[in-house]
Amino acid sequence: MVTVDNRIPALPAEEYERRQRRAVSTVPALWDLLDEVKDPEIPVISLWELGVLQDIEQRGEVVVVTITPTYSGCPAMTVMAEDIVVALQAAGYKQVVVDTRLSPAWSTAWMAAAAQDKLRAWGIAPPGCGSTGVAAVCCPRCGSPDVRELSEFGSTACKALYQCNSCAEPFDHFKPI
Amino acid sequence: MNAANTHEAVLHYAVRLGDDSLVLGHRLSEWCSNAPFLEEDLALTNVALDYIGRARMFYSYAAELSGDGRSEDSFAYLRDCREFSNLLLHELPRGDFAFTMARQYLVDQYALAFMEALLESADPQLAGIAAKAVKESRYHLRRSRDWMLRLGDGTAESHRRLQVAVDELWGYTHELFELDDLEQALVAAGIAVDSAALRPAWDAAVRATLDEATIVVPAGDWSVRGGRQGIHTESLGHLLSELQFMQRAYPGLEW
Repeated sequence: MVTVDNRIPALPAEEYERRQRRAVSTVPALWDLLDEVKDPEIPVISLWELGVLQDIEQRGEVVVVTITPTYSGCPAMTVMAEDIVVALQAAGYKQVVVDTRLSPAWSTAWMAAAAQDKLRAWGIAPPGCGSTGVAAVCCPRCGSPDVRELSEFGSTACKALYQCNSCAEPFDHFKPI
Repeated sequence: MNAANTHEAVLHYAVRLGDDSLVLGHRLSEWCSNAPFLEEDLALTNVALDYIGRARMFYSYAAELSGDGRSEDSFAYLRDCREFSNLLLHELPRGDFAFTMARQYLVDQYALAFMEALLESADPQLAGIAAKAVKESRYHLRRSRDWMLRLGDGTAESHRRLQVAVDELWGYTHELFELDDLEQALVAAGIAVDSAALRPAWDAAVRATLDEATIVVPAGDWSVRGGRQGIHTESLGHLLSELQFMQRAYPGLEW
């Protein structure tokens, strides 16, 4: 009998493939290098952890980085692409191309538990449960599940604005999509 | 259709969908710093961003298909009214908050079904754009439908304004479900959405929402059409004069 404790957490197929691309990559050093490139608006998680970084390939002198946009009009995407180019050029890779891939569409389900915990520590209620196992939106300050939505949209396209009824702290919730 | 015809038709189709998104995105962006309260200001401008992002994806694809050096900016900034092919509903002036939310609700209810259907397109790039848009439209609809109920079933004044808005908008909704030859050919090729087929479900959903919002469904005895053929209301020119001002005044300007 399968019990809750020994089930393997379901990983979306496209996220499995993304992790495989990194695992079998012939240029692991480039992936490690780009781990230093963070979300410009949430500087505690990397583009890899966010799920935006899809693939890195070296074709001769050219490094081709494939990213997938979070929201269609997210203004941070341009900054992310620029930050990738700057990081690679600083490491001596002069020719960098950043490609945008739309499909599969980005999903917060690609964000690992550790990254979700980082969001919470930064004051943002993560899209999933992280290591807590609690799926509900909880206050990132006091942990209370007694919260209310103030607005479907927060400071950026990917977040909604909430307030904690227990400690009165307003906070952003990273919307699950 | 042969391959060359299909290629050209998909280019036009992508521009049409880009025009719908850009024009509505611009209308929503006009609320920036003008919304009734801060949270709504954020919401309207975030939805605007989603639409402008959609326009960029459709125009970029059209530019790639054109292969003649045009960019997404050429489509957005260097065409005049008659070359814009957006459905008229998207270009109507933003009006008051009730008008903006009623239009948004009618569009969201349509866009969600449209994007769900476009997911099945034989054109992988269009299907890819739909995959992004469908998640956003689902969220947009949740909010705009909620506003329909709050305004319709709210105060006497909010009810009155919403009824006026729905009455003014209704005649522009018929065009959403009409296909010209180009779109019919693309439907036959499995690429475009058969928007006429979306009407029964849209009608049922919208009527249910209007009922719940205590709003009377308009009689539907007048209709305006022409957007896909470049025949627009007088408001589009004013919109473009603002949208395109920088590129017209300073050709080739980049940030």
